[in-house]
Amino acid sequence: MIEVFAVLLITALATSLLGVFLVLKGQAMTTDAISHTILLGIVLAFFITNDLRSPLLIIGATIIGLLTVYLIELISNSKLVKADASIGIVFTALFAIAVILVSRYADDVHLDIDVVLMGQVLFAPLNRIDILGFSLPYALVHLSIILLINIIFVLLCYKELKVTSFDPIFAAVSGFSATLIYYILMSLVSITAVTAFDTVGSILVISFFTAPAMTAYLVSKRLSRMIWLTLIIAAFNSIAGGIFGYFTDTSISGSVATVSFITFILVFMIQKFTLSHRKPVN
Amino acid sequence: MSHSIINVNDLTVAYNNKAAVRHLNIDVKAGSLTAVVGPNGAGKSTLMKAIMKLIKPTSGQTSVMDDTSKKALKNIAYVPQKGDVNWDFPATVLDVVIMGRYVHKGWFKRPNNEDTRIALEALKTMKMTEYKDRQISELSGGQRQRVFLARAIAHDASIYLMDEPLQGIDITTEKLIIDTMKNLQKQGKTFLVVHHNLNTVPEYFDHVIILNKTVIASGPVKEVWSEDNINAAYYEMM
Repeated sequence: MIEVFAVLLITALATSLLGVFLVLKGQAMTTDAISHTILLGIVLAFFITNDLRSPLLIIGATIIGLLTVYLIELISNSKLVKADASIGIVFTALFAIAVILVSRYADDVHLDIDVVLMGQVLFAPLNRIDILGFSLPYALVHLSIILLINIIFVLLCYKELKVTSFDPIFAAVSGFSATLIYYILMSLVSITAVTAFDTVGSILVISFFTAPAMTAYLVSKRLSRMIWLTLIIAAFNSIAGGIFGYFTDTSISGSVATVSFITFILVFMIQKFTLSHRKPVN
Repeated sequence: MSHSIINVNDLTVAYNNKAAVRHLNIDVKAGSLTAVVGPNGAGKSTLMKAIMKLIKPTSGQTSVMDDTSKKALKNIAYVPQKGDVNWDFPATVLDVVIMGRYVHKGWFKRPNNEDTRIALEALKTMKMTEYKDRQISELSGGQRQRVFLARAIAHDASIYLMDEPLQGIDITTEKLIIDTMKNLQKQGKTFLVVHHNLNTVPEYFDHVIILNKTVIASGPVKEVWSEDNINAAYYEMM
């Protein structure tokens, strides 16, 4: 049981850390698109390797994730349709191809649509790997590595992430390409999403990515504070939701998403209340 | 005050086959305070974006200090329109001004105490020191513009590109911004400013570019700021 919560916690931290910048850049829905379309990358890579543990699956997912971002940008930059419409068309098209491929050719393997959509963190401890003599859940090891990569990225590119999120044009003139940072961020989002697939599924992973950051955004004056708060809220949501789901025997990722929503609403209402009762500043 | 610091050579930019600007030829004189005026849709923002290499010209080119590459952009401090950024972003006034120092750091390096000192000095110039720890969402329109100019000052570039800095601000801030620009001009800085209020052009600027898809007139205010030229840009189309 401890292992289930550990997997859930690490998933929450790895996703929400990137979520800070997705929320600041207004890319929550692009993330939702990616978390679905990467299924196509997984399926295609699986056809090549026939191994669900192959690293090729991650590479396939990342390529399709980036392709998703690129296609969305391409269509919305044409100014012929709005950005949200562009997300809608790319998301559904790529995802539909993946669903057709799974149902037609991979129905009998673990690539089961239900698990892909909903995830099942309870199964995580069943799939194990030996590291230095310790037997650990495969997902835990995998997600910890991803978390570490995400932390290094944010520490290394903190200044670049900050300026490109706040003012991309100013950033570009200062020599920091917002596009480059954006594509690196979206690669990591794809890698993180594919890793979190088994645990939380593709539908609810968006809540893991964005809900904690949106909650922290309401009450943060500075970026560094927003990041800390996001991680704390993510930890709380995942553990509280995990406990609720575990003991009521309901979907764990569903419980975490629900708790995340409640946390957001509570902070939102407290913030509204405090703001309306504060004296105006000059 | 003779050679040109920004050069626009036969620039045409089209979006979806519709030309936003056509065959622009412009020289911005070093050390000048140059206004860019023209009606809505005249291509003022397109011109600015082309100079900053944010859009690809359909034909023609732009250069900064005789350099057509992106490297030359480090000499430009850009002051965007207030509405172009998210003011709910979690950052304090000082955080934003320090961003002006990023250009000197390159990738991965963090700003240090010296950068903070320069940023604080820039805030002092814009009379914003007491607001340094405020979150930017709590600022008025005029204060936001001051923060942007402070960030540009912290950048310490030779050229300032400003997109309607006087739009929707209080009169005190307008005067402060103009005084600051004139002071910086004395130190040899060049300003290229998209400007809306035609009445203040002769008072605030020494050069002007009158634009409406093409260059209607360009040069010293004394020579080209005539009713004929203004009418040609603003009323000829109707």
